[in-house]
This record gives sequence, C-alpha cells and structure tokens, in this order.
Amino acid sequence: MADAAAGPLLRVEDLAVHFPLGGGLLGGRKRIIHAVDGVDLELRKGECLGLVGESGCGKSSLALSIVGLQAPTRGRILLDGKDVNGPGLGRLDRARFVQMVFQDPYSSLNPRQTVQRTLEAPLRLHGMTDRAEREARIAEILRHVGLRPEQAQRYPHEFSGGQRQRVGIARALILKPRIIVLDEPVSALDVSIRAQIINLLLELKDTLDLSYIMISHDLGVVEHMSDRVAVMYLGRIVETGGWHRIFTAPRHPYTRALIAAIPDPFGATRGAKITGDLPNPLEPPSGCHFHPRCPEMRDVCRQPVVPPLDEIDPGHRVRCVRTGELAVERTVP
Amino acid sequence: MKVRTNLLIGGTLFALVVAAGVLAPWLAHTDPIMDANLMNAELPPDHEFWFGTDGQGRDIYSRVLHGARISLTVGIVSQLINSVIGVCLGLSAGYWGGWWDDVVNGLTNLMLAVPSLVFALAIMAILSPGLTSLLIALGLTNWSYTCRLSRASTLSLKSLGYVQAAKMLGYGDVRIMATQILPNILGPIIVIGTLGMGGAVLAEASLSFLGLGIRPPSPSWGSMLSDARDQITTAPWISIFPGLAIFTTVLGLNLLGDGLRDILDPQSRARRA
Amino acid sequence: MTGDALLTVDRLRIDLAFGGTRYPAVKDVSFTIGAGETLGLVGESGCGKSITALALIGLLRRPLGIGGGRILFKGREIQNLPEAEMRKLRGNRISMIFQEPMTALNPLSPIGRQIAEMFVLHQGATWHEAERRAVDALASVRVPAPDRRVKDYPHQLSGGMRQRVMIAIALACDPDLLLADEPTTALDVTVQAEILELIRERSAAQGTAVLMISHDLGLIANMCARVGVMYAGRLVEQRAAEEVFRSPSHPYTSGLVASLPLLGARARDGQHRLKEIPGVVPAVTAFPAGCRFNPRCQARTEICVEVDPEETPLPHGGLVRCHHHG
Repeated sequence: MADAAAGPLLRVEDLAVHFPLGGGLLGGRKRIIHAVDGVDLELRKGECLGLVGESGCGKSSLALSIVGLQAPTRGRILLDGKDVNGPGLGRLDRARFVQMVFQDPYSSLNPRQTVQRTLEAPLRLHGMTDRAEREARIAEILRHVGLRPEQAQRYPHEFSGGQRQRVGIARALILKPRIIVLDEPVSALDVSIRAQIINLLLELKDTLDLSYIMISHDLGVVEHMSDRVAVMYLGRIVETGGWHRIFTAPRHPYTRALIAAIPDPFGATRGAKITGDLPNPLEPPSGCHFHPRCPEMRDVCRQPVVPPLDEIDPGHRVRCVRTGELAVERTVP
Repeated sequence: MKVRTNLLIGGTLFALVVAAGVLAPWLAHTDPIMDANLMNAELPPDHEFWFGTDGQGRDIYSRVLHGARISLTVGIVSQLINSVIGVCLGLSAGYWGGWWDDVVNGLTNLMLAVPSLVFALAIMAILSPGLTSLLIALGLTNWSYTCRLSRASTLSLKSLGYVQAAKMLGYGDVRIMATQILPNILGPIIVIGTLGMGGAVLAEASLSFLGLGIRPPSPSWGSMLSDARDQITTAPWISIFPGLAIFTTVLGLNLLGDGLRDILDPQSRARRA
Repeated sequence: MTGDALLTVDRLRIDLAFGGTRYPAVKDVSFTIGAGETLGLVGESGCGKSITALALIGLLRRPLGIGGGRILFKGREIQNLPEAEMRKLRGNRISMIFQEPMTALNPLSPIGRQIAEMFVLHQGATWHEAERRAVDALASVRVPAPDRRVKDYPHQLSGGMRQRVMIAIALACDPDLLLADEPTTALDVTVQAEILELIRERSAAQGTAVLMISHDLGLIANMCARVGVMYAGRLVEQRAAEEVFRSPSHPYTSGLVASLPLLGARARDGQHRLKEIPGVVPAVTAFPAGCRFNPRCQARTEICVEVDPEETPLPHGGLVRCHHHG
C-alpha cells in the first residue's frame, strides 16, 4: 500500500489558479475567479487520493495544473522533489511522470486514428526508435487493460464505451508514468460496467506500482477506491484525511453535508442537509467560504480571516475554526 | 437517394469537364489559336464545325475544349492556394487564440468587407494580365470563408479529450495541429473547396470578360464571351457554347460539393438513418 | 387490478423504425401507479425507461412510435388519443420534468410568465391573475424572494433554481401524475438532495403520483415506494424499494447491486473486488433472442436463449421476468 518512508511523489505548495474575466479595461474593477485558492497537497507512492467537491470547487483546475494543461497563477508543483517549472523537468519528462485518464470515452480518442497509432505515436515521440520494442510495449499495455493486441488495428468507433475507456487507460499507461490523474473515470459509463473499470484500475495500481489522484462526484466510488480523501469547496481544501475517517466521522460541516446528501437506498436519512445554492465564484463569501450555508455558523466564522487547515488528528486536517466545539458525529454506527 | 444523385450527376459533369480538358489536344479538331480562317467567320454549327466558328473563323468546339484546361487550372490551383492560406490562418488562430487570433480575425473581416472580385481586380490591375497573375489574384482573395470555418472547427475540437491527451503526452503545438486537429476538420474544408472551385471558374470568366483576366487569343471561356459581345444577336452560338461550358462546370462542382457535404457531415448522415 | 389505479400500462410496446426495420425498443411493459404513489423506473442506457415516460405523455416522435399495448389513465385509454386531446392532459393532469432544465425552459421568456402560462392555458385564468399565482408557485418551491425572481430569465438562475422553476411549472395545475426523467442527474450532490426533497414534499402535499426515472438505483430506492428495473426494453423486476436492495431477484438486478460501490460498504466489508457483470449493454438494433439478458447471465440455461420469459409473481410480493425464479 502507501509507502510512507520515502518523500512524497507529488507535492503541491500553495497552488492558485486565477481566471481573469474582462472588465478591467474601462476602469471597472477587474473580475477574477479564484478557481484554486491556495492548495497544499501531497501524494505518496502507491496511494490513491480521492478529490471530491461540487461544481466550482476547483478540483478540475487543480487536476489540470498537476498534469500541465493549465498554468497555475501561483505556487509550486514538485514531482519527486523537482519543481515542474525548474530546469530539471522538461515537458517530455513530465509526460513520463504524470498522465491523465479523461472522463468522456467518446471524445477522448482521436476518431481518425487507430488505437495502434494513438498508442505508438507517443512512444516514437519519446525516443523509442525500435519498432519491435514499440510493438512489444503496446501489446503489453493492451493486455494489462484487458484488450487483445489484435484490437489495436481498430478505430475508436468500433469499440463500446467501456472498451474505449480501457484504451484511454492504455494511453495513460503507455509511457509508464508514476502518477495517473483519473478525471471521473467511470461517470460516463453504463452502471453495469463501472465495476469492470473500477476493478481494473485498482488492479493496475498494484501490479504497475502506480499512484492515483482520482476526481469523482460519486462518493461511493471515492470511498471504495481511495486511501486518502481531500474535500474541496470553492477553491480550498476544507478537509483531508484517511478514507475511513472522512466517511465514518467527518469533521467539517460541508463534508458531513456532502455525505448526508447521498440518497440512502434503505430509506434512512444520513443527517442534516444544507440549503442554498453554491455561491457565485466571483464573489466568494469572506472568511470561511462555507459560512453562509453552514448549519453551525457563528459570528466568528464571518471574520475576514481565512481559517487555517489544522491537523486535529494525525493525518486528519480540517479547515474550520469551530472544529474543537463541534460534536464528533459518526455516520456509520 | 438525394445524396447519391447529387454526387452522381455532379461527379459525372465534373469528370466530363476534366476529360475535356485533359484530352483536349486529341479531341480538338483544330489548333484553338492558330487555325483562324476569316473565310469561315461566324459560321453556325454544322458537320465540320460542331459548335460553329467565331468572328475570327476559329472552331469554337476546339476552343471550348482547350478553354477547359485554363478554367480547371484556375479553379483547382487558386482554390488550393485559398484553402492552404485559410486553413493555416484559421487553425492557428483557433488553436493559439490571443493576439494572433485578433490579428487573423481583423484580417478576415477586412477581406470579407471588400467583395473578393473587386480585390482580385485591383491585384490584376497591378500585375500584368495572364494566367499566373490570375492564380495569384484569386488565390489571395478567397480564403476568408475557409479561414472562418477552420477556426470555428478548431475551437470546438480544441477542448476535446484527445487533443488534451496529446498535449499531455508531450506533443508540441504544431504537431498537435497537424495530426490531431487537421484530419478532423478536413470534411467541411473539402466541401468548401469544391464549391470554391466553381466560384473561381466563374471569377475567371468574369475577369476575362472584363479584359483583366486571360487575354485573347487564349481560349478562355470568359474572353470568348467577351469577344462575342457584339454578335449575341447575329451569331448567338459564339456565346452559347462557352456559356454552357461555364454553366456545366460550375453546376457540376456545386452538386459535387453538396453531395460530399452530405456524406462527410455526420449530422446529416444521422438524419438520413 | 386495473380498476383503482390512476395509471395502468398494459403490455406496452414501443417500436423504433431504423433502416427499414421496426425494432421493439420496449416490449411488453406492464405496470400500474396508484393515486399519490411513487414508482421508480431504473435502468441503463437503451433500457427504454425514458421513452416509456414519453409514451405516457404522448411525446414520442418518429422514428419512435407506440407499436401495441394500452395506456389507461383514470380508466380512459390514451395511447391513441388525438393530439388535441393529449394537449389538454399535458401539463394539466400529467406533467413532466426533464434532466436538463436549460433546454426545457424558454430562454427568451421570464420564468414568471412561463409558470403563468400554465394557468392561462389550462385553467382559463387571466394573465394578471396568473402572474400573481406564479409568485405563489415560486414560493411553494422555495425560491427566495419570489416576487422579484418572477421577472428573471432562465440564464440568470443556477441549475438548482431552474429545476425548481420546472417543478413549479409542472405542478402548477395540480396534476394527478408527475413524470420525472432524471431530474437531478445534471445537478450537484447537495442540490440534488434538496430537489429530491422538494419533489417528495410537493407531491405529498398535493397528492400527486410520481413516476421517477433514473439510472441511480440508490436514489430510486430512497425516493420511491416501488421500483421497476428495466433492461434492454423489458421490465425485468418489480418490487418494493427495500426488497430490491436487500433481496434482488432477477440476475441483472442482483448483479447490479453487487457491482455498485455503496457508501458504508467498505467500512463493513473491506475493499473487496466488486462483482462484475460481464459483457456490454446491447444496442436496440441487436437485442438478443430469448431472454434479453441471457448473454451476460451467470445462471443462463438453454431455455433462456430460446424463450423470452413471462412475468411471474414472487412469493413475497413483486414480479420478476426470469425462467429461474418465481
């Protein structure tokens, strides 16, 4: 499982991603969306970190920054101790370190390329000149994801959604990266085949020694797959800890609300639900972003000071000034 | 089915014109420029001169066949130039965005504001008339639509998973544009290309008619029409046959373009299902 | 059986015309909904749950069409009703809400007007009166400051708000039956919980029966008293909601329940390998012969490949369509 002795494989320090919207030109105040607002994160070897949150929480922007598809406005990303913007790590090096599996299997593959070409081209790009070696690598990866090597000659439209997602996973694995970012890996798939992909991903993590950052809005999947979980709200991490802690005894009111919101098939309710809509990202509430909707809100929460992410137990951090006062509720008896 | 009819008729017509042009030296009866016999001037169509003769006594049939070569050259080459310029500008503008996109957009707006024929006229006035100048003039003035189309297609493809994946695998921008985006936007570009060829043929005819395109005695259909201006009532066949040739070519290209669009456009394909 | 029920669907068949052939996209579907009851239809893509709902409200369009069976609403057959008659029912006695409220609402019309339309069209109210009642309707779906929001356009509202507006429109004329097709799939989890709560509350207050459609088995089991599981156009199981999860009968349902990572399962059972259902969901044009689930079924025998099973009652209530049960 997680290798705690070595340094973290990935470290994110004070990451911010700001999107400026127009308006600054004619003297009006320049409007900025703080999609990611100062995030610190660590991923250790062999672990699966689940990233949860609703729309506007910034998990997608965070994931894109880690992978290199979105330039951060502030902060550092360190892969195995090396800064991604520093001299030691070029674009190609980064590609061999961290890869991504996309959400939609129907638009994540080039319709005009065979699977073979999709998998072979990056190998060529990264200097694998020997054709036999490339063929061997492709065959190996295809077997890992449960496809037959002959199927590589087909085009994406000849595959089902689940198979396409397997191809997407194969593409992410072809350069043998250390970290894979999974962006809603099963949300776009039929319910009856999700288990196949979930099992596959867990298996690959063990056999190929991978580490995952998984984004999902499906808390059931997150609970099943993650070792640690980070909960995001409006650009900040509000709670992070081991999966068991987070799901059985969450401390932040938002985390509790998220879990309470999942419909329980056996009819019981899971706890207090929160009301109101997600706030406008252009005008985030001051102080604790969550306070307008928080059932435990007091005056102290409104103070224009960003509550710090405090470690209340080893490995368990919560961003709430009232954490000490709030009763520990268990969601699973 | 409607699509196949379009393709069939359009394709046939276009193929006929191409055949006429390619095989002109063998199919023609006379030399289109040199064989002029004033004794034979303005003869109506008969067994010897299938399309009749013009004011200079030249065989119109042979001239129309040779004219096909000119029209097709103009059509194909100038449209090729247009497409290349349009795709390069549009794709890169859509992909990179930013100031480059603003520049290309401004340029495109400029080109669209001025009627392309007027623009071509201006260029022809500067360069000396002739085939090469015509190709340059037409090639440089008709790329706006292709550019807009390429840009729009690129914008919608840019955010798709496989383009992002290519970036993540370490591909450079140019490689991504060439291997991931270009193949997926070609369909509509080809359709616009076919229709554009028809437009170029018409433009050539118009410019030559005005005396600014291909100069007589070259057997361009446009200049043939121009020469026949005075004899429209007395010897109508001199205008009719070149006119028919233009009509056939442009109709063929338009039908072909329509047919191709229906085949290459996945949405209309789904509707037919 | 048909006597009391608000809605009776009797051996409904919906055909899809494609390439010159008619495919039975939905075959032999029968169920009833009593007044004030909630029934859930659950299934994956291609199972036919959405088009069944569209058939109930007369919104099937070519290439889809009702190919057989009856739909009885309050004792009256409506499957062949002329459009003019259907329009009197739609929005009035039978309403529907959809997954994507942005496309269901008119972007060019203020939301107050869209709600008011219902009163004018179906209850002969004047516009003035209708707009006043629209404010009340907005308040009933808990939109804050309804008298001001009445003038807003759909794009000015969040996804959750738009869905509330849709519910207000659908329930404006106090219909007997509400069809809800994946109403919360496009919403965030916390908003989803509120909307489901709202549907539950309003339908209970007004005595509206609800047909809830979703691919989320947990959601359906939580919201509805009874559940119908659909697969490849057939209704394969009909049970009380708790029974579906506790003791699923049809191999598809039990396969599905075993394959879903449910909240709390790992704390109880550890991280086990989820039980997979092999194969893929068949396309409408390629439904297998015999039992449509047979290629993926572990309990398959020879009869399953040849004969399409009928619905048989289960000993403790409910129905199942399988050769190896009941």
